[in-house]
Amino acid sequence: MKWYFTLLKLRLTQGLQYRAAAIAGVATQFFWGAISIMIFATFYGDASEVNGFTKEQMITYIWLQQAFLVFIVLWLRDKELFELIRTGNIAYELCRPLNTYGFWYVKLISSRLSSAILRCIPILLIAVFMPGPYALALPNSAISALLFFLSLILGLIINVAISMFIYISVFITLSPTGSLLLFSVIGEFFSGLILPIPLMPTWLRNFVMILPFRYTGDLPFRIYSGNIVYSDALFGIAIQVIWIGVLLTLGQAAMKKSLKHLTVQGG
Amino acid sequence: MKLFLKYAKMWLKSQLEYRTSFILLSIGQFFVPFFVFIGMYLLFERFDNLAGWRFQEVALLYGSIHMAFSISEALVRGFDSFSSLVVTGDFDRILVRPVSTALQVLGSKFEFTRIGRLIQGSIIFTWAIINLSITWTFLKILCVFLMVIGGIFIMSGLFIIFATMSFWTIQGLEIANIFTDGGREMSQYPLSIYAKSIQKFFTYVVPFAVVNILPLNYLLDKPGYTSWTYAFIPLVGVLFIIPSLLFWNFGVKHYKSTGS
Repeated sequence: MKWYFTLLKLRLTQGLQYRAAAIAGVATQFFWGAISIMIFATFYGDASEVNGFTKEQMITYIWLQQAFLVFIVLWLRDKELFELIRTGNIAYELCRPLNTYGFWYVKLISSRLSSAILRCIPILLIAVFMPGPYALALPNSAISALLFFLSLILGLIINVAISMFIYISVFITLSPTGSLLLFSVIGEFFSGLILPIPLMPTWLRNFVMILPFRYTGDLPFRIYSGNIVYSDALFGIAIQVIWIGVLLTLGQAAMKKSLKHLTVQGG
Repeated sequence: MKLFLKYAKMWLKSQLEYRTSFILLSIGQFFVPFFVFIGMYLLFERFDNLAGWRFQEVALLYGSIHMAFSISEALVRGFDSFSSLVVTGDFDRILVRPVSTALQVLGSKFEFTRIGRLIQGSIIFTWAIINLSITWTFLKILCVFLMVIGGIFIMSGLFIIFATMSFWTIQGLEIANIFTDGGREMSQYPLSIYAKSIQKFFTYVVPFAVVNILPLNYLLDKPGYTSWTYAFIPLVGVLFIIPSLLFWNFGVKHYKSTGS
Protein backbone atom coordinates (compact mmCIF):
# COMPACT_ATOMS: atom_id res chain seq x y z
CA MET A 1 0.00 0.00 0.00
CA LYS A 2 2.87 2.34 0.82
CA TRP A 3 4.16 2.34 -2.75
CA TYR A 4 0.82 3.70 -3.94
CA PHE A 5 1.36 6.82 -1.88
CA THR A 6 4.97 7.17 -2.91
CA LEU A 7 3.95 7.01 -6.55
CA LEU A 8 1.14 9.48 -5.95
CA LYS A 9 3.54 11.95 -4.33
CA LEU A 10 6.06 11.53 -7.15
CA ARG A 11 3.45 12.21 -9.78
CA LEU A 12 2.12 15.24 -7.94
CA THR A 13 5.53 16.91 -7.80
CA GLN A 14 6.10 16.01 -11.44
CA GLY A 15 2.80 17.56 -12.50
CA LEU A 16 3.46 20.70 -10.50
CA GLN A 17 6.52 21.34 -12.67
CA TYR A 18 4.39 22.35 -15.63
CA ARG A 19 3.13 25.61 -14.24
CA ALA A 20 3.17 27.58 -17.51
CA ALA A 21 0.99 24.98 -19.20
CA ALA A 22 -1.36 25.16 -16.24
CA ILE A 23 -1.71 28.93 -16.52
CA ALA A 24 -2.52 28.66 -20.22
CA GLY A 25 -5.00 25.91 -19.43
CA VAL A 26 -6.68 28.05 -16.80
CA ALA A 27 -7.05 30.98 -19.19
CA THR A 28 -8.50 28.79 -21.94
CA GLN A 29 -10.94 27.06 -19.62
CA PHE A 30 -11.98 30.37 -18.17
CA PHE A 31 -12.77 31.80 -21.60
CA TRP A 32 -14.59 28.61 -22.53
CA GLY A 33 -16.70 28.75 -19.37
CA ALA A 34 -17.60 32.40 -19.89
CA ILE A 35 -18.66 31.80 -23.51
CA SER A 36 -20.77 28.74 -22.59
CA ILE A 37 -22.50 30.61 -19.78
CA MET A 38 -23.40 33.49 -22.10
CA ILE A 39 -24.82 31.09 -24.69
CA PHE A 40 -26.93 29.12 -22.21
CA ALA A 41 -28.00 32.26 -20.33
CA THR A 42 -29.23 33.79 -23.61
CA PHE A 43 -31.20 30.63 -24.33
CA TYR A 44 -32.80 30.89 -20.88
CA GLY A 45 -33.85 34.46 -21.71
CA ASP A 46 -36.40 35.55 -19.14
CA ALA A 47 -37.05 32.03 -17.89
CA SER A 48 -35.59 31.57 -14.41
CA GLU A 49 -35.62 27.79 -14.53
CA VAL A 50 -35.79 24.93 -17.05
CA ASN A 51 -36.67 21.36 -16.00
CA GLY A 52 -36.17 22.50 -12.40
CA PHE A 53 -32.64 23.70 -13.22
CA THR A 54 -32.32 27.39 -12.34
CA LYS A 55 -30.11 29.87 -14.17
CA GLU A 56 -27.86 30.24 -11.09
CA GLN A 57 -27.51 26.47 -10.85
CA MET A 58 -26.63 26.32 -14.55
CA ILE A 59 -23.91 28.96 -14.13
CA THR A 60 -22.46 27.15 -11.12
CA TYR A 61 -22.60 23.87 -13.06
CA ILE A 62 -20.54 25.32 -15.93
CA TRP A 63 -17.89 26.87 -13.67
CA LEU A 64 -17.49 23.63 -11.74
CA GLN A 65 -17.19 21.72 -15.03
CA GLN A 66 -14.35 24.00 -16.09
CA ALA A 67 -12.64 23.91 -12.70
CA PHE A 68 -12.72 20.10 -12.51
CA LEU A 69 -12.47 19.44 -16.25
CA VAL A 70 -9.64 16.94 -15.80
CA PHE A 71 -11.96 14.83 -13.61
CA ILE A 72 -14.52 14.47 -16.41
CA VAL A 73 -12.83 14.36 -19.81
CA LEU A 74 -11.51 11.15 -21.28
CA TRP A 75 -9.15 12.62 -23.87
CA LEU A 76 -6.36 13.19 -21.34
CA ARG A 77 -3.75 10.61 -22.19
CA ASP A 78 -0.56 9.31 -20.74
CA LYS A 79 1.81 9.04 -23.70
CA GLU A 80 4.23 6.95 -21.65
CA LEU A 81 1.76 4.10 -21.26
CA PHE A 82 0.86 4.03 -24.96
CA GLU A 83 4.53 4.00 -25.86
CA LEU A 84 5.13 1.10 -23.47
CA ILE A 85 2.63 -1.00 -25.37
CA ARG A 86 3.69 0.11 -28.83
CA THR A 87 7.42 -0.31 -28.36
CA GLY A 88 7.29 -3.53 -26.41
CA ASN A 89 8.81 -2.04 -23.26
CA ILE A 90 5.74 -3.41 -21.54
CA ALA A 91 7.83 -6.53 -20.99
CA TYR A 92 9.86 -4.69 -18.33
CA GLU A 93 6.69 -3.33 -16.79
CA LEU A 94 5.41 -6.88 -16.31
CA CYS A 95 8.57 -7.79 -14.42
CA ARG A 96 7.68 -5.39 -11.63
CA PRO A 97 6.42 -7.11 -8.50
CA LEU A 98 3.23 -5.07 -8.66
CA ASN A 99 -0.24 -5.52 -10.01
CA THR A 100 -0.02 -3.81 -13.42
CA TYR A 101 -3.64 -2.66 -13.33
CA GLY A 102 -3.18 -1.08 -9.92
CA PHE A 103 0.12 0.49 -10.90
CA TRP A 104 -1.26 2.11 -14.06
CA TYR A 105 -4.41 3.14 -12.25
CA VAL A 106 -2.45 5.05 -9.62
CA LYS A 107 -0.30 6.66 -12.31
CA LEU A 108 -3.36 7.95 -14.14
CA ILE A 109 -5.29 9.09 -11.09
CA SER A 110 -2.33 10.99 -9.67
CA SER A 111 -1.67 12.89 -12.88
CA ARG A 112 -5.32 13.94 -12.97
CA LEU A 113 -5.19 14.94 -9.31
CA SER A 114 -2.08 17.05 -9.72
CA SER A 115 -3.43 18.88 -12.74
CA ALA A 116 -6.78 19.49 -11.01
CA ILE A 117 -5.09 20.87 -7.89
CA LEU A 118 -3.18 23.34 -10.07
CA ARG A 119 -6.16 24.42 -12.12
CA CYS A 120 -9.23 24.35 -9.92
CA ILE A 121 -8.17 26.89 -7.30
CA PRO A 122 -7.57 29.84 -9.67
CA ILE A 123 -10.69 29.09 -11.70
CA LEU A 124 -12.89 28.74 -8.62
CA LEU A 125 -11.46 31.92 -7.10
CA ILE A 126 -12.01 34.05 -10.20
CA ALA A 127 -15.44 32.53 -10.79
CA VAL A 128 -16.61 33.36 -7.25
CA PHE A 129 -15.67 37.01 -7.73
CA MET A 130 -17.24 37.37 -11.20
CA PRO A 131 -19.73 40.24 -11.57
CA GLY A 132 -23.19 39.57 -10.16
CA PRO A 133 -25.16 37.21 -12.39
CA TYR A 134 -22.11 35.32 -13.68
CA ALA A 135 -20.65 34.43 -10.30
CA LEU A 136 -20.11 30.93 -9.01
CA ALA A 137 -22.47 30.43 -6.07
CA LEU A 138 -21.25 28.95 -2.80
CA PRO A 139 -22.40 25.42 -1.93
CA ASN A 140 -26.06 25.16 -1.05
CA SER A 141 -25.29 24.06 2.50
CA ALA A 142 -22.51 22.47 4.53
CA ILE A 143 -24.02 19.04 3.95
CA SER A 144 -24.19 19.70 0.19
CA ALA A 145 -20.53 20.68 0.25
CA LEU A 146 -19.61 17.48 2.06
CA LEU A 147 -21.67 15.26 -0.25
CA PHE A 148 -20.29 17.15 -3.26
CA PHE A 149 -16.74 16.46 -2.19
CA LEU A 150 -17.44 12.78 -1.62
CA SER A 151 -19.18 12.27 -4.97
CA LEU A 152 -16.52 14.30 -6.79
CA ILE A 153 -13.81 11.93 -5.57
CA LEU A 154 -15.92 8.87 -6.37
CA GLY A 155 -16.51 10.42 -9.81
CA LEU A 156 -12.77 10.70 -10.36
CA ILE A 157 -12.38 7.03 -9.47
CA ILE A 158 -15.07 6.15 -12.05
CA ASN A 159 -13.48 8.38 -14.68
CA VAL A 160 -10.06 6.73 -14.34
CA ALA A 161 -11.67 3.28 -14.32
CA ILE A 162 -13.34 4.11 -17.66
CA SER A 163 -10.16 5.52 -19.17
CA MET A 164 -8.29 2.34 -18.20
CA PHE A 165 -10.35 0.63 -20.90
CA ILE A 166 -8.81 2.95 -23.51
CA TYR A 167 -5.35 1.72 -22.52
CA ILE A 168 -6.45 -1.90 -22.46
CA SER A 169 -7.94 -1.54 -25.95
CA VAL A 170 -4.55 -0.44 -27.26
CA PHE A 171 -3.28 -3.96 -26.56
CA ILE A 172 -5.54 -5.04 -29.41
CA THR A 173 -5.49 -2.03 -31.76
CA LEU A 174 -1.88 -0.88 -31.08
CA SER A 175 -2.92 2.68 -31.96
CA PRO A 176 -4.69 4.81 -29.37
CA THR A 177 -6.23 7.25 -31.87
CA GLY A 178 -9.40 5.34 -32.67
CA SER A 179 -10.48 4.32 -29.18
CA LEU A 180 -9.45 7.64 -27.71
CA LEU A 181 -11.65 9.45 -30.20
CA LEU A 182 -14.60 7.14 -29.69
CA PHE A 183 -14.43 7.22 -25.89
CA SER A 184 -13.91 10.95 -25.66
CA VAL A 185 -16.71 11.96 -28.04
CA ILE A 186 -19.25 9.65 -26.43
CA GLY A 187 -18.04 10.36 -22.90
CA GLU A 188 -18.07 14.10 -23.40
CA PHE A 189 -21.61 14.18 -24.66
CA PHE A 190 -23.06 11.81 -22.08
CA SER A 191 -21.31 13.46 -19.15
CA GLY A 192 -23.01 16.75 -19.96
CA LEU A 193 -19.95 18.66 -21.13
CA ILE A 194 -21.52 19.77 -24.40
CA LEU A 195 -25.04 20.26 -23.11
CA PRO A 196 -25.75 20.17 -19.34
CA ILE A 197 -27.76 17.03 -18.64
CA PRO A 198 -30.68 18.85 -16.94
CA LEU A 199 -31.26 20.74 -20.22
CA MET A 200 -31.59 17.54 -22.28
CA PRO A 201 -35.01 16.24 -23.37
CA THR A 202 -36.57 13.66 -21.04
CA TRP A 203 -35.92 10.60 -23.24
CA LEU A 204 -32.25 11.46 -23.50
CA ARG A 205 -31.95 12.15 -19.77
CA ASN A 206 -33.41 8.73 -19.00
CA PHE A 207 -30.87 7.16 -21.32
CA VAL A 208 -27.96 9.06 -19.78
CA MET A 209 -28.95 7.81 -16.32
CA ILE A 210 -28.09 4.22 -17.19
CA LEU A 211 -24.57 5.10 -18.39
CA PRO A 212 -21.64 5.67 -16.03
CA PHE A 213 -20.49 8.98 -17.59
CA ARG A 214 -22.85 11.35 -15.76
CA TYR A 215 -21.59 10.11 -12.40
CA THR A 216 -18.21 11.75 -12.99
CA GLY A 217 -19.35 15.37 -13.23
CA ASP A 218 -23.05 15.89 -13.49
CA LEU A 219 -23.98 14.30 -10.15
CA PRO A 220 -21.45 16.11 -7.92
CA PHE A 221 -22.10 19.50 -9.55
CA ARG A 222 -25.85 19.24 -9.04
CA ILE A 223 -25.38 18.13 -5.44
CA TYR A 224 -23.23 21.22 -4.90
CA SER A 225 -25.89 23.64 -6.08
CA GLY A 226 -28.75 21.87 -4.32
CA ASN A 227 -30.39 20.82 -7.60
CA ILE A 228 -30.45 17.29 -6.22
CA VAL A 229 -31.99 16.76 -2.77
CA TYR A 230 -30.06 14.90 -0.04
CA SER A 231 -31.89 11.60 -0.38
CA ASP A 232 -31.35 11.52 -4.15
CA ALA A 233 -27.74 12.54 -3.62
CA LEU A 234 -27.16 9.60 -1.30
CA PHE A 235 -28.86 7.31 -3.80
CA GLY A 236 -26.59 8.67 -6.56
CA ILE A 237 -23.53 8.09 -4.40
CA ALA A 238 -24.62 4.49 -3.85
CA ILE A 239 -24.84 4.03 -7.63
CA GLN A 240 -21.37 5.54 -7.96
CA VAL A 241 -20.03 2.89 -5.58
CA ILE A 242 -21.72 0.14 -7.62
CA TRP A 243 -20.24 1.50 -10.87
CA ILE A 244 -16.79 1.59 -9.28
CA GLY A 245 -17.14 -2.06 -8.33
CA VAL A 246 -18.34 -3.08 -11.77
CA LEU A 247 -15.79 -1.06 -13.75
CA LEU A 248 -12.81 -2.09 -11.62
CA THR A 249 -13.73 -5.77 -11.78
CA LEU A 250 -14.29 -5.69 -15.54
CA GLY A 251 -11.13 -3.67 -16.08
CA GLN A 252 -8.98 -6.05 -14.05
CA ALA A 253 -10.42 -9.04 -15.91
CA ALA A 254 -9.95 -7.42 -19.33
CA MET A 255 -6.38 -6.50 -18.48
CA LYS A 256 -5.56 -9.99 -17.26
CA LYS A 257 -7.02 -11.49 -20.40
CA SER A 258 -5.17 -9.23 -22.81
CA LEU A 259 -1.90 -9.68 -20.93
CA LYS A 260 -2.25 -13.42 -21.31
CA HIS A 261 -2.46 -13.08 -25.09
CA LEU A 262 0.03 -10.24 -25.23
CA THR A 263 2.47 -10.14 -28.09
CA VAL A 264 5.47 -8.06 -27.13
CA GLN A 265 6.20 -5.60 -29.92
CA GLY A 266 9.54 -4.59 -31.26
CA GLY A 267 12.87 -6.24 -31.14
CA MET B 1 1.43 28.84 -56.49
CA LYS B 2 2.76 25.92 -58.49
CA LEU B 3 5.05 24.99 -55.65
CA PHE B 4 2.15 25.20 -53.19
CA LEU B 5 0.12 22.72 -55.22
CA LYS B 6 3.11 20.42 -55.46
CA TYR B 7 3.54 20.49 -51.67
CA ALA B 8 -0.18 19.77 -51.24
CA LYS B 9 -0.12 16.86 -53.66
CA MET B 10 2.89 15.37 -51.93
CA TRP B 11 1.23 15.48 -48.51
CA LEU B 12 -2.04 14.11 -49.83
CA LYS B 13 -0.22 11.14 -51.31
CA SER B 14 1.77 10.50 -48.16
CA GLN B 15 -1.31 10.64 -45.92
CA LEU B 16 -3.28 8.35 -48.18
CA GLU B 17 -0.58 5.73 -47.70
CA TYR B 18 -2.11 4.94 -44.30
CA ARG B 19 -5.55 4.52 -45.74
CA THR B 20 -7.42 3.00 -42.78
CA SER B 21 -6.00 5.50 -40.34
CA PHE B 22 -6.85 8.32 -42.74
CA ILE B 23 -10.45 7.21 -43.09
CA LEU B 24 -10.90 6.63 -39.35
CA LEU B 25 -9.48 10.04 -38.50
CA SER B 26 -11.70 11.69 -41.10
CA ILE B 27 -14.76 9.98 -39.66
CA GLY B 28 -13.69 11.16 -36.22
CA GLN B 29 -13.32 14.69 -37.54
CA PHE B 30 -16.88 14.39 -38.77
CA PHE B 31 -18.39 13.24 -35.48
CA VAL B 32 -16.54 15.36 -32.92
CA PRO B 33 -18.17 18.63 -34.01
CA PHE B 34 -21.37 16.82 -34.96
CA PHE B 35 -22.15 16.15 -31.31
CA VAL B 36 -21.81 19.87 -30.68
CA PHE B 37 -24.38 20.42 -33.39
CA ILE B 38 -26.73 17.89 -31.80
CA GLY B 39 -26.38 19.85 -28.57
CA MET B 40 -27.31 23.03 -30.43
CA TYR B 41 -30.31 21.33 -32.02
CA LEU B 42 -31.56 20.07 -28.65
CA LEU B 43 -31.24 23.57 -27.20
CA PHE B 44 -33.34 25.04 -29.99
CA GLU B 45 -35.87 22.27 -29.57
CA ARG B 46 -36.20 23.13 -25.90
CA PHE B 47 -36.10 26.92 -26.13
CA ASP B 48 -37.41 27.56 -29.66
CA ASN B 49 -35.23 30.63 -30.27
CA LEU B 50 -32.05 32.31 -29.08
CA ALA B 51 -32.81 35.96 -28.31
CA GLY B 52 -34.93 36.05 -31.48
CA TRP B 53 -32.48 34.13 -33.68
CA ARG B 54 -33.87 31.05 -35.33
CA PHE B 55 -32.23 27.64 -35.66
CA GLN B 56 -31.60 27.92 -39.43
CA GLU B 57 -29.88 31.27 -38.99
CA VAL B 58 -27.53 29.99 -36.30
CA ALA B 59 -26.95 26.80 -38.33
CA LEU B 60 -25.74 28.96 -41.23
CA LEU B 61 -23.14 30.56 -38.95
CA TYR B 62 -22.22 27.15 -37.58
CA GLY B 63 -21.75 25.63 -41.04
CA SER B 64 -19.76 28.51 -42.43
CA ILE B 65 -17.32 28.78 -39.51
CA HIS B 66 -16.72 25.04 -39.46
CA MET B 67 -16.02 25.01 -43.20
CA ALA B 68 -13.64 27.93 -42.82
CA PHE B 69 -11.91 26.38 -39.82
CA SER B 70 -11.43 22.98 -41.41
CA ILE B 71 -10.07 24.38 -44.67
CA SER B 72 -7.63 26.65 -42.92
CA GLU B 73 -6.58 23.94 -40.47
CA ALA B 74 -5.95 21.58 -43.39
CA LEU B 75 -3.90 24.05 -45.41
CA VAL B 76 -2.20 26.19 -42.78
CA ARG B 77 -1.37 23.34 -40.41
CA GLY B 78 2.33 24.00 -41.07
CA PHE B 79 2.07 27.21 -39.05
CA ASP B 80 0.06 25.52 -36.32
CA SER B 81 2.87 23.05 -35.66
CA PHE B 82 5.59 25.58 -36.47
CA SER B 83 7.06 25.81 -32.97
CA SER B 84 8.65 22.39 -33.42
CA LEU B 85 10.71 23.78 -36.33
CA VAL B 86 12.04 26.49 -34.03
CA VAL B 87 12.76 24.09 -31.17
CA THR B 88 14.80 21.76 -33.33
CA GLY B 89 16.51 24.57 -35.19
CA ASP B 90 15.24 23.21 -38.49
CA PHE B 91 14.06 26.67 -39.43
CA ASP B 92 17.69 27.48 -40.35
CA ARG B 93 17.39 25.22 -43.34
CA ILE B 94 14.29 27.03 -44.54
CA LEU B 95 16.08 30.37 -44.36
CA VAL B 96 18.79 29.38 -46.82
CA ARG B 97 16.41 28.24 -49.55
CA PRO B 98 15.55 30.69 -52.32
CA VAL B 99 11.78 30.54 -51.73
CA SER B 100 9.73 32.69 -49.37
CA THR B 101 9.72 31.41 -45.77
CA ALA B 102 5.95 31.67 -45.42
CA LEU B 103 5.41 29.40 -48.42
CA GLN B 104 7.86 26.81 -47.11
CA VAL B 105 6.33 26.69 -43.65
CA LEU B 106 2.93 26.43 -45.31
CA GLY B 107 4.21 23.43 -47.24
CA SER B 108 5.78 21.81 -44.19
CA LYS B 109 2.50 20.13 -43.23
CA PHE B 110 -0.98 19.62 -44.59
CA GLU B 111 -3.70 17.83 -42.67
CA PHE B 112 -6.19 16.34 -45.11
CA THR B 113 -8.12 14.38 -42.49
CA ARG B 114 -9.97 17.65 -41.81
CA ILE B 115 -12.12 16.64 -44.76
CA GLY B 116 -14.44 15.02 -42.20
CA ARG B 117 -15.14 18.31 -40.47
CA LEU B 118 -15.43 20.04 -43.84
CA ILE B 119 -18.11 17.60 -45.02
CA GLN B 120 -19.96 17.98 -41.74
CA GLY B 121 -19.84 21.79 -42.02
CA SER B 122 -20.90 21.77 -45.68
CA ILE B 123 -23.93 19.58 -45.02
CA ILE B 124 -25.19 21.87 -42.28
CA PHE B 125 -24.31 24.95 -44.35
CA THR B 126 -26.32 23.66 -47.34
CA TRP B 127 -29.21 22.59 -45.14
CA ALA B 128 -29.34 26.05 -43.57
CA ILE B 129 -29.27 27.84 -46.95
CA ILE B 130 -32.12 25.71 -48.29
CA ASN B 131 -34.28 26.19 -45.20
CA LEU B 132 -33.67 29.89 -44.57
CA SER B 133 -36.58 32.03 -45.64
CA ILE B 134 -34.57 34.58 -47.59
CA THR B 135 -35.31 36.07 -50.99
CA TRP B 136 -31.99 35.34 -52.61
CA THR B 137 -30.32 37.93 -54.81
CA PHE B 138 -27.00 37.64 -56.56
CA LEU B 139 -25.33 39.81 -53.91
CA LYS B 140 -26.71 37.68 -51.10
CA ILE B 141 -25.44 34.47 -52.67
CA LEU B 142 -22.05 36.10 -53.10
CA CYS B 143 -22.12 37.28 -49.50
CA VAL B 144 -22.72 33.76 -48.15
CA PHE B 145 -19.68 32.41 -49.96
CA LEU B 146 -17.55 35.37 -48.97
CA MET B 147 -18.40 34.52 -45.35
CA VAL B 148 -16.61 31.20 -45.70
CA ILE B 149 -13.67 32.73 -47.56
CA GLY B 150 -13.29 35.56 -45.04
CA GLY B 151 -13.37 32.99 -42.25
CA ILE B 152 -10.59 30.96 -43.84
CA PHE B 153 -8.34 34.02 -43.96
CA ILE B 154 -9.07 35.12 -40.38
CA MET B 155 -8.31 31.64 -39.04
CA SER B 156 -5.17 31.37 -41.17
CA GLY B 157 -4.06 34.81 -39.99
CA LEU B 158 -4.43 33.66 -36.37
CA PHE B 159 -2.37 30.53 -37.02
CA ILE B 160 0.37 32.68 -38.59
CA ILE B 161 0.37 35.20 -35.73
CA PHE B 162 0.75 32.53 -33.06
CA ALA B 163 3.41 30.73 -35.09
CA THR B 164 5.34 34.00 -35.26
CA MET B 165 5.20 34.38 -31.50
CA SER B 166 7.08 31.13 -31.10
CA PHE B 167 10.16 32.93 -32.48
CA TRP B 168 10.31 34.57 -29.07
CA THR B 169 8.69 31.98 -26.83
CA ILE B 170 10.27 28.95 -28.58
CA GLN B 171 7.50 26.77 -27.20
CA GLY B 172 4.08 26.67 -28.79
CA LEU B 173 1.53 28.84 -27.05
CA GLU B 174 -1.32 26.88 -25.56
CA ILE B 175 -3.13 30.16 -25.05
CA ALA B 176 -3.56 30.39 -28.83
CA ASN B 177 -6.43 27.94 -28.45
CA ILE B 178 -8.57 30.72 -27.01
CA PHE B 179 -8.47 32.51 -30.34
CA THR B 180 -8.53 29.59 -32.77
CA ASP B 181 -10.67 26.91 -31.09
CA GLY B 182 -12.37 29.47 -28.87
CA GLY B 183 -13.05 31.78 -31.82
CA ARG B 184 -14.59 28.89 -33.70
CA GLU B 185 -16.84 27.82 -30.82
CA MET B 186 -17.89 31.41 -30.25
CA SER B 187 -18.65 32.15 -33.91
CA GLN B 188 -21.07 29.25 -34.06
CA TYR B 189 -23.54 31.65 -32.48
CA PRO B 190 -24.33 35.28 -33.38
CA LEU B 191 -21.77 37.49 -31.63
CA SER B 192 -24.54 39.78 -30.38
CA ILE B 193 -25.37 37.35 -27.55
CA TYR B 194 -22.00 37.87 -25.82
CA ALA B 195 -20.83 40.56 -23.40
CA LYS B 196 -20.01 43.94 -24.97
CA SER B 197 -16.27 43.70 -24.32
CA ILE B 198 -16.06 40.33 -26.07
CA GLN B 199 -18.07 41.66 -29.01
CA LYS B 200 -15.77 44.66 -29.36
CA PHE B 201 -12.63 42.54 -29.18
CA PHE B 202 -13.87 40.15 -31.85
CA THR B 203 -14.96 43.01 -34.09
CA TYR B 204 -12.04 45.42 -33.96
CA VAL B 205 -9.05 43.29 -32.95
CA VAL B 206 -9.81 39.85 -34.40
CA PRO B 207 -12.58 40.63 -36.89
CA PHE B 208 -14.79 37.55 -36.51
CA ALA B 209 -17.84 39.85 -36.66
CA VAL B 210 -17.36 40.46 -40.38
CA VAL B 211 -18.03 36.80 -41.16
CA ASN B 212 -20.65 36.43 -38.45
CA ILE B 213 -23.21 38.94 -37.26
CA LEU B 214 -22.69 41.69 -39.86
CA PRO B 215 -23.32 39.61 -43.02
CA LEU B 216 -26.07 37.67 -41.23
CA ASN B 217 -27.90 40.91 -40.52
CA TYR B 218 -27.53 41.84 -44.19
CA LEU B 219 -28.83 38.47 -45.40
CA LEU B 220 -31.90 38.80 -43.18
CA ASP B 221 -32.56 42.45 -44.24
CA LYS B 222 -32.33 43.64 -40.64
CA PRO B 223 -32.96 47.41 -40.44
CA GLY B 224 -29.76 49.40 -40.85
CA TYR B 225 -28.04 46.60 -42.73
CA THR B 226 -29.70 46.84 -46.14
CA SER B 227 -26.92 48.71 -47.95
CA TRP B 228 -25.26 46.59 -50.66
CA THR B 229 -21.84 47.34 -49.16
CA TYR B 230 -22.58 44.85 -46.37
CA ALA B 231 -22.46 42.06 -48.95
CA PHE B 232 -18.73 42.69 -49.25
CA ILE B 233 -17.97 43.11 -45.55
CA PRO B 234 -16.59 39.54 -45.20
CA LEU B 235 -13.71 40.70 -47.41
CA VAL B 236 -12.37 42.59 -44.39
CA GLY B 237 -11.56 39.13 -43.05
CA VAL B 238 -9.36 38.51 -46.09
CA LEU B 239 -7.45 41.71 -45.30
CA PHE B 240 -6.64 40.32 -41.83
CA ILE B 241 -3.99 38.16 -43.50
CA ILE B 242 -1.91 41.27 -44.42
CA PRO B 243 -0.93 42.38 -40.89
CA SER B 244 -0.44 38.69 -40.01
CA LEU B 245 2.08 38.21 -42.79
CA LEU B 246 3.81 41.51 -41.97
CA PHE B 247 4.15 40.33 -38.37
CA TRP B 248 5.55 37.04 -39.68
CA ASN B 249 8.22 38.83 -41.72
CA PHE B 250 9.08 40.95 -38.69
CA GLY B 251 9.46 37.76 -36.67
CA VAL B 252 11.68 36.09 -39.25
CA LYS B 253 14.04 39.10 -39.13
CA HIS B 254 14.39 38.69 -35.37
CA TYR B 255 14.90 34.95 -35.45
CA LYS B 256 17.80 33.65 -33.38
CA SER B 257 18.57 30.05 -34.05
CA THR B 258 18.41 27.49 -31.26
CA GLY B 259 20.07 24.83 -33.39
CA SER B 260 23.34 23.16 -32.66
